[in-house]
Amino acid sequence: MSLFDIFNVAGSALNAQTIRLNTTASNLANSESTAGDASKVYRARHPVFEAMMDDTATDDQQAAIGVRVLGVVESTTPPAMRYEPQNPSANSNGYVYMSNVNPIEEMANMISANRSFASDIDAINTARDLLLKIISMGH
Amino acid sequence: MFDNIFGIHESALLLQGERLGVLTANLANADTPGYKARDIDFAAVLGQAADEQAPLPLRVTQAAHIVTQSADMPAAELKYRNPYQASLDGNTVEMPVEQAAFSEDNVRSQASLMFINDTIADLSLAIMGS
Repeated sequence: MSLFDIFNVAGSALNAQTIRLNTTASNLANSESTAGDASKVYRARHPVFEAMMDDTATDDQQAAIGVRVLGVVESTTPPAMRYEPQNPSANSNGYVYMSNVNPIEEMANMISANRSFASDIDAINTARDLLLKIISMGH
Repeated sequence: MFDNIFGIHESALLLQGERLGVLTANLANADTPGYKARDIDFAAVLGQAADEQAPLPLRVTQAAHIVTQSADMPAAELKYRNPYQASLDGNTVEMPVEQAAFSEDNVRSQASLMFINDTIADLSLAIMGS
């Protein structure tokens, strides 16, 4: 692990946090989506992160070499029903299924992603400053 | 003669770079479930490097001679961080702790760089004589 590796490690984290922000935006945009069928209604999506490990290193030398998105899972919370007979997507009983997005949870997720993104940018800037100083060493 | 002019700062800088990488990995995995934060016991590893550096490197004049290393990258053993408060998903990264360690390492690196730069300035002053 050298100073140059920091760009890869923090870069992978920036990528992962961007995917998280994307799913949050998608969830918030669809928080009011409705459908007449429980299986067709929008469900909140969340990315699952996994640490990328250097398999060649022994355990006492092993630092993560980044983070990746293992997959995006859909929330299993049952969607709420609402009586809206005038809604074009209502079923025969006049009910529509609401998406199971929890806007408060999404906002908290967004702030957390934002904070993590900022600290990763900080790490990149620090590594860059140090490398520039090392390059100009002795001048 | 110039083998050891930078003293401990040469290996210190290498170790600080290494530690910065480990801390960045912690920051990157701040939201990864089950990730265990790691760190280098800086004082222990640098102390070991200082001990190893104390004897002067042996001069090699024949192929059969054993080459001794000076100011080599100290073997950095990674330890697991003890979290102040364990989180439910098994992640032990605590953002304030990591960021504090990161800043500390940054300042240490800058200090080492400054010492090295000053040594170079002193030497060039001695060489140029002006």
